[in-house]
Amino acid sequence: MVSSVILVPALLNGLMTGAVYALVALGLTLIYGVLHIINFAHGALLTAALFAAFFANKLLGIDPYVAALFLAPLFFGIGYALQRFVIGPAAHGEDRNILLVTLGLAVMIENALLYAFRADTRTINLSYAFDVVEIGNSFLAVPRVVAFGVVVAIAALLWFAMRWTDTGKAIRAVAKEKLGAELSGINVAHIYAVTFGLGTACLAVTACLLIPTYYVNPHAGNAFVLIAFTIVVLGGMGSVAGAMLGGLFVGVVESFSGLYLGESLGQIGIFVMFILVLLFRPSGLFGERA
Amino acid sequence: MKGLAPIATVAVLLALVPFITASNAVLNFLVMAFLIALAGQGWNILGGYGGQYSFGHAAFFGTGTYVTAVLQVRYGMNAWLCFALGIAGGALVGAVIGGLSFRSGLRGSYFALVTLAFAEVLRIVASVAPITGAGVGTLIKLDLRPEAFQFQSRAPFYWVLLALLVVSLILTRIIEDSRFGAYLVALRENEDAAKALGVDTTLVKLGAMTISAAITAAAGGFYAQYFLFVDAGIAYGPWISVEALLAPIIGGVGTVFGPLLGALVIRTLGELTKIVAGDAPGLDLVIYGSVLVAVVAFAPRGIAGLIERVRGRLTPPAAPSLERSHG
Amino acid sequence: MSRDNLNRRRFLQSTAAAALSAPSIARAQGSAVKVGVLHPVSGALSYSGQQGRIGAQLAIEDINAAGGIKALGGAKIEAVLGDAQSTPDGGNAEVEKMNSAGVAAIVGGYASSICLAASQTAARYNLPYIVDVGVVDSIVTRGLKNTFRFGPGFGVIAKTALDNLVAINDAAGKPAKTVMIVHEDSAFGSGLSKLLNTQLPERGFQVLEVISHPTPTRDFNNVALKVRAQNPDIVIPANYYNEYVLFARTMQQQRVRPKGIYSVLGGAASSYKFVKEFPEAAQYIMDCNHWFDPKNQKALELKKRIDARNEFYTYEVYMNYSCILLLADAIERAGSADRARIIGALENSTFGGHLMPYGPTKFVNGQNQGAAPVNTQVIGNDIQVILPASFASAKAVFPMPRA
Repeated sequence: MVSSVILVPALLNGLMTGAVYALVALGLTLIYGVLHIINFAHGALLTAALFAAFFANKLLGIDPYVAALFLAPLFFGIGYALQRFVIGPAAHGEDRNILLVTLGLAVMIENALLYAFRADTRTINLSYAFDVVEIGNSFLAVPRVVAFGVVVAIAALLWFAMRWTDTGKAIRAVAKEKLGAELSGINVAHIYAVTFGLGTACLAVTACLLIPTYYVNPHAGNAFVLIAFTIVVLGGMGSVAGAMLGGLFVGVVESFSGLYLGESLGQIGIFVMFILVLLFRPSGLFGERA
Repeated sequence: MKGLAPIATVAVLLALVPFITASNAVLNFLVMAFLIALAGQGWNILGGYGGQYSFGHAAFFGTGTYVTAVLQVRYGMNAWLCFALGIAGGALVGAVIGGLSFRSGLRGSYFALVTLAFAEVLRIVASVAPITGAGVGTLIKLDLRPEAFQFQSRAPFYWVLLALLVVSLILTRIIEDSRFGAYLVALRENEDAAKALGVDTTLVKLGAMTISAAITAAAGGFYAQYFLFVDAGIAYGPWISVEALLAPIIGGVGTVFGPLLGALVIRTLGELTKIVAGDAPGLDLVIYGSVLVAVVAFAPRGIAGLIERVRGRLTPPAAPSLERSHG
Repeated sequence: MSRDNLNRRRFLQSTAAAALSAPSIARAQGSAVKVGVLHPVSGALSYSGQQGRIGAQLAIEDINAAGGIKALGGAKIEAVLGDAQSTPDGGNAEVEKMNSAGVAAIVGGYASSICLAASQTAARYNLPYIVDVGVVDSIVTRGLKNTFRFGPGFGVIAKTALDNLVAINDAAGKPAKTVMIVHEDSAFGSGLSKLLNTQLPERGFQVLEVISHPTPTRDFNNVALKVRAQNPDIVIPANYYNEYVLFARTMQQQRVRPKGIYSVLGGAASSYKFVKEFPEAAQYIMDCNHWFDPKNQKALELKKRIDARNEFYTYEVYMNYSCILLLADAIERAGSADRARIIGALENSTFGGHLMPYGPTKFVNGQNQGAAPVNTQVIGNDIQVILPASFASAKAVFPMPRA
């Protein structure tokens, strides 16, 4: 059956995969926690970020880790603009409409990429992509270890920003009590846009972390969305710590259920856990009581 | 819109279509539109009238499809019987998911996400379980006889589906006018207030979910008979969850004709964008997506809402009337 | 005729009151013969669909450039392109439109589920349907007179793959005894894996484990772990391009080196793209897959043209190219664009002018009897055919040399 020799490597794998999921979920949880919208466009935006990272490397020869430094602000701007000038106004403040708008955006972005760049799967070949760090029995790919470190760092950064910066406090205020925040003089539309921008920036960094070992095509981002939603719910909507720890947890669960149930059926582990959390503790591990 | 007259009118007009055109392309287009409309009618009961947005109606559609297909193929049962059992199966799944979710007090996005998760679980199980044929799927044998719920020409399929759709329209109308419907709308507007007034909201929601699931399952069963092939992605995939909610939202949630209008608009839009965009892959969908966004921006209450607004502008204001289609 | 006009005409024709349901009218001398070209060019299968479309379009261009259908006075072939949108209902809708547009036949589909639905709808109008790739056996076992499959189905593929595996293993002194199968969990992966799993023990191999994974799969590290832990002699992957690439790269990263990687319908195993982009991970990988006849001049010329366009010469291209040539031949012999006559011509077709190593066509119940996959191996920077010997351009390297 499953020998103990692979349990530790499987655990480490789960943690590293989980870290990447966590970064996607971080963006989503911020957007969800503050704007209370289920962002259907999250996957498509990740795909767009992957293409950006790809072209930065292919056309400009920039290493993805370096590219993250300017792609993050760029995508922050894109996210800000999307929320401020498209989603916000189009939605007229109705939840249902936001759903439709983000859905429409998702279709537009994904197919614009398909139209512009065709359906080919693209990859980049970096010299260090196959380097490994050996820990006991496990061969850990260097890009994945780096990704783990970067995600933890970003999560910590965001957590501090939420706690100690004015914008962070404003974001938390709007998330908790929008009317009150507005009355205290906070520009809610701006905060919404900043939050969306932060979420999109997270995706840009995720893309740069993924691209050494993953691939790019117009549908690539979609594979991460459902699992990100699971983590958002598990960790508690709007909680940075929740997204980080939830991501790691989900990564490990996925790894072990894949090991014991097979990769296909194993995917069920995540969703069953998702359902159980929703039924018994919907506020998640770190969220506010629903 | 009071009474069954509008439904009867629409039913008769639509029934005449196969006599006006012999084009199977048109009939096929309408069949697909009605299929989505039917699935959307189901969604609308729970989401439009009840305000509980489900992102996982594929769970019911897929159950209808698989029960209809598998019972025929593996146990040789009569196709119509299998279809009926498919509807029952869908209703059962709806009751279970609803029971679990509503008893835990899930509302709003939490409810939406849990339905999504259930649909995914079913999809994954269906993709590995031997009884569904796992990855290979289930193929219904070609047997073009009415007894086997298959027909030589497209028109009988069209009429059967139209009949199902009309039944769902009438059902929606009945619910709208009933006390159950009043409770449903009340809990949509303010669940806590409704509870305080003595409405057993959990039971009402459960009832709505069961009916909703049954209707969508009917659409699924029909799909199986029309295409004769089912696999996990077709049955339980996100595509149908999205279409089932898109149609009512575009057409107007909480209205009798919303899903039908929405489905026709969406499908027609799909065809038009293909024509405008030509053969370039993806371009038609880019246009489709932008029209979607534009529709929301300029017609936030859906088509039905648009109609009400126009009607409101054309008729002089009489006594203040309660707005029927809610935001 | 411009694309816009074509589309408008299609739409108008399909909504006009006087619709054409089953035109059996022989075309007037010289007027174009319409052929439906159906592929999933958008959605999840878009890459394969686009490649298939390219192959079909090039074939039509070439036939027209060479004088069109001579039996019809040099009538040109006119492509009626359809996007199946990677779903069976998408394919179905396109078939209806193509029928209304008066096509003489339809080629394509690519995915098994699309082919099943599309060919069935085409059968209503007695519209000839030539399947380009779709491998599930049920495509040709439904008793549909209009459906013809030019390429091989599962049964033949699995048998050929096993025959060749045994041959390669025997030739190397039987170093391999244990096997692990890694397959994707939809129609083609599951179906193939089932057949292999049953037949491998009969041929003297022990199947250690069968691992199924979804499409898409984000990460193969655990799969690679299991492979490394059980250390099979041979790993048999059966999946689509993206997953194959991820799997191969992960195995390289995890230092998993079995005696042989022997894929059956491997998504990237016989892909020039894969070899070009990951030469190290691709080395010595064997595949039993659709492949062109390496000794066929026309096939090699087409490869040059595709390479010149900076595209990859994938099996969708040359299979669709061949299917169009097959159809054109049938129309020539039928001497008309009448659907029933074309079906008749296909039924007794003995066409050898295609690009595949199948020999002349012979259809029994719609299946081309000579169709079979071929074994390839990545040696150096190129993909060589290693079996059957009559088409081989190199000898198999097995077991894989230790790095």
